[in-house]
Amino acid sequence: MTLSNMFRPTVTEQYPSEKVPSKPRYHGRHQLNRYADGLEKCIGCELCAWACPADAIYVEGAENTPEEQRSPGERYGRVYQINYLRCIFCGLCIEACPTRALTMTNDYELAGPTRKGLIYEKQDLLAPLREGMLAAPHPMVEGTTDTDYYQGKVTGSTEAQRAWVAEHRPDDPTLPGGAGLEAASEPGETAQEMARIVAGATKQGRR
Amino acid sequence: MTITSPDPKTATPLVPAAPVVPEAPLEEGQAVTFTIDGIETSVPKGTLVIRAAERLGIQIPRFCDHPLLAPAGACRQCLVEVWAPGRDGNLAKMPKPQASCTLEATPGMQVKTQHTSAEADKAQHGVIELLLINHPLDCPVCDKGGECPLQNQAMSNGRATSRFVDVKRTFPKPISVSTQILLDRERCVLCQRCTRFSEEIAGDAWIDLQKRGAQQQIGTFDTDVLGFAGETPVGASTLDTSGKPFSSYFSGNTVQICPVGALTSAAYRFRSRPFDLVSTPGIAEHDSNGSAIRVDHRRGVVLRRLAGDDPVVNQEWVTDKDRFAFRWQSAPDRITTPLVRTRNADGTRGELQPASWVEAFDAAAAGLREAMASGGVGVLPGGRLTLEDAYAYGKFARVALGTNDVDGRARPHSDEEASFLAHRVAGRTLDVTFSDVTAAPAVLLVALEAEEEAGVLFLRLREQVVARRTRVLSVAPLATRGLERLSGTLLAAAPGTEAEVLDGIVEGASDLLGDAAGALAADGAVILVGERLAGVPGGFSAVLRLAERTGARLAWVPRRAGERGAVEAGLLPSLLPGGRPVTDSGARVDIAAVWGVEHVPAEAGRSTSQIVAAARDGRLGALVVGGVDPADLPDPALARDALERAFVVSLEVRASEVTERADVVLPVAPPVEKPGTFVTWEGRPRPFPQALTSHALPDHRVLHGLADALGADLGLGSLAAVHAELDQLGGWDGARAAAPAVEAGDPPAVGAGEAVLATWHQLLDDGRLQDGEPYLAGTAKVATARISAGTAAGLGLVDGGRLAVSTDAGTITLPAQVVDMPDHVVWLPTASAGSHVRDTLHADGGSVVRVAAAREDVTGTDEEARA
Repeated sequence: MTLSNMFRPTVTEQYPSEKVPSKPRYHGRHQLNRYADGLEKCIGCELCAWACPADAIYVEGAENTPEEQRSPGERYGRVYQINYLRCIFCGLCIEACPTRALTMTNDYELAGPTRKGLIYEKQDLLAPLREGMLAAPHPMVEGTTDTDYYQGKVTGSTEAQRAWVAEHRPDDPTLPGGAGLEAASEPGETAQEMARIVAGATKQGRR
Repeated sequence: MTITSPDPKTATPLVPAAPVVPEAPLEEGQAVTFTIDGIETSVPKGTLVIRAAERLGIQIPRFCDHPLLAPAGACRQCLVEVWAPGRDGNLAKMPKPQASCTLEATPGMQVKTQHTSAEADKAQHGVIELLLINHPLDCPVCDKGGECPLQNQAMSNGRATSRFVDVKRTFPKPISVSTQILLDRERCVLCQRCTRFSEEIAGDAWIDLQKRGAQQQIGTFDTDVLGFAGETPVGASTLDTSGKPFSSYFSGNTVQICPVGALTSAAYRFRSRPFDLVSTPGIAEHDSNGSAIRVDHRRGVVLRRLAGDDPVVNQEWVTDKDRFAFRWQSAPDRITTPLVRTRNADGTRGELQPASWVEAFDAAAAGLREAMASGGVGVLPGGRLTLEDAYAYGKFARVALGTNDVDGRARPHSDEEASFLAHRVAGRTLDVTFSDVTAAPAVLLVALEAEEEAGVLFLRLREQVVARRTRVLSVAPLATRGLERLSGTLLAAAPGTEAEVLDGIVEGASDLLGDAAGALAADGAVILVGERLAGVPGGFSAVLRLAERTGARLAWVPRRAGERGAVEAGLLPSLLPGGRPVTDSGARVDIAAVWGVEHVPAEAGRSTSQIVAAARDGRLGALVVGGVDPADLPDPALARDALERAFVVSLEVRASEVTERADVVLPVAPPVEKPGTFVTWEGRPRPFPQALTSHALPDHRVLHGLADALGADLGLGSLAAVHAELDQLGGWDGARAAAPAVEAGDPPAVGAGEAVLATWHQLLDDGRLQDGEPYLAGTAKVATARISAGTAAGLGLVDGGRLAVSTDAGTITLPAQVVDMPDHVVWLPTASAGSHVRDTLHADGGSVVRVAAAREDVTGTDEEARA
């Protein structure tokens, strides 16, 4: 028995020196997605919080106004918190989400020394901005409804949206000639702190 | 602090609970026997099938049906299969499914609901499918989602998938019907609950069905149907069915009864979902009707209030004030710790500094002891207390301070009123109730504007008026829209002449007054007297004479929630708890025995005005003040002076004009953070539990601690202790105080350019309990000065012109509204925006004021102009 195992391939993973990618459907940390023009998909409906068997999610909705349009339609999620001390990564919240705003990444490195450090706020969870996206808030693409967004008819930000942002936030990094998407997609404090902890732990593990 | 619930035995002999009336057995010949789903049942004749099914616990889906509204059969959701005996006596099936919400049960009928009939089930599935054709898939963003009858019944009685492939009809997103009420037309299923409520219950015809077919929608007509004028809301609103801006005090009820999310309120829009809310039953703190409400909170924040269901009090309706005005309880100016005022080096008053409870109690006790040694202490508890807190104030004054200088009336009052309350009101709980009022053939309102001052009472009266069972009469200077909606008869009385008019109601008198006497002589007639009659010398005496003469029953309907409780708890200078007169030695011995003291002070104390005046003159060295706004007192300037001079201990929820001048401020809990009992104008105890976890102390515990620092043991440290003592105390069966007999004064003499002032509070005004509610404030009525055509002509004014009303103290300038009312009388709202009568004019109903057309270049009040 022992002898036969000696000739089998080794299963030990040298984590954290070598990080083996997880399976693509692995249930990791959540992410709040955006539409192609940068508006948030989350509408603050709280169905994820309702579906959560561990009561790990807390959401408060609020009304979009013409001056502050954060998601298509009338409502957006003003407060969004996931408590990773409670989350059991079951994925029921993902199934409940009516706009596919909430999905899960493969990021599993979630451990820390404080309770507060494991409560992720909206800014920590929001997906990074990609090419063609404008940071919210800004108006919807002219002539569209929230249904058009949902059906994927919006493929990127428009000139009018860029003009609106340029008028209201001239320093916005996502504008053409701005500081760039990297600067705009800075994660929240909690996520940054977590990144530092993970980097430190990884470094220590390599020794 | 843990959340405590009231003892189920809260009802004490002092304020006993209403007896539960058993359901009367069905009379022979009045019962109808038929079967639903094979279960035989007997119901009174005229019962609708859907109601009979409810009694058997059989749920039939419905949208338009509401037990308090007339049957409509608008949504067709409640279809059932019906077999009824034909002319030949044989059971025959009705050819098509019938709407059970409009179908009266008949003998021998056999009803099969969706539980036993495939046909009924299929019909209901079909109706849901039709209703959902144009209903948007808004559920995730809709405020109704999670508690929506359409959502629920589509799941329980509808198809799992939609066969509809076409484009849904859409309307632009919500219309603001008023600043508070939003209408999403595409979500509407045209059940007409809202339009039926506004027509049948509130009487504010506002929105109605318009257009036809798929374009049919709830909307507004613009025709001059009703033709009332002048009561416009402050904020933006759409036009109602009369073409005027929509204005209603009851519109929040339509949001609650809407079976879909078509009507929503701006205050609660997107705030939360029903599944995060924790609900607690409560009692509204805004008026003396004691409306049952439901308080919904999430994580220590109250997010909304809904009407509770209490058939004997408010049915399922509340006023918008009860529903929406709750943010004052968590306003940013809440006081959270005791505050003690420091002294400057030169002995003048310094700043309020946070202190511990022990420090604050010691500072307050030291100041009160000094004052007791040099004159005395007056107690002004205010009119918004629970019964328990009111009782604690009364006991504190008499035991710890040794005085009867305690008066809960923070409003115009008179000694005549005190005698009336001691004689006729105190200790007579549940003498006249809502059911007596609704059963009365005639109701006379005296100095009481039902819609403005007792909203739920107005709805209960209107229900009977619409059913043609009650006739409403009102002694008032003018017929308001509220009285018109009660089809009321106005017995016009200029302010100050009410007593004269009341004495004129005798059998055989000319026209209206004789007619009124006849109506009041009918068995069961009721006279409802408002608190404003205190401003009319001889008014209460005249009302007592009228009740005696006609045999009508009499009830006192104050405005504030705590007024009746205060009377029962003895917060009057001449009255001990339970209606015991201070001057009665037997009553004093009785009370002293329960309180465990040697004696209670024997002389009647000072009234609110006398306390304020005495504190101003230095005869009273200190004041203990509860929730009192100096602007509500008869002379606000004098009250402010008194508060400056005296040593003031203030028990307050929020920073106020009193705490600004107080030496020690002790924070107390608002109703949502304490359990207690309000007493309605009927004398009905309305216990309510604590909704939020809180460290705030109720008044009775603070007073217990303060008495302790003064060396007296109140024994009121817990709610149970207060209830035990109230139980022990019980009612009073000894002699009552004598009836007041005050001669009516002469009507005020009015010179040229003068008028008599009439005034009352509007339901929504500048009151402190409506702070932080901009959407609600937008539905308040615009303040106008009402005058007669004759007066207007004399001043050279037209309707809408600006009228300046002034006294030596100040001027109020408002748009004039010409209405049918006696000449030389001007009506102003008491405390609305732009019209603070007591504060600006130092006048009240019955005072003579100067009136003139305002100069065009001067707008606003003098104070504003000076600023």
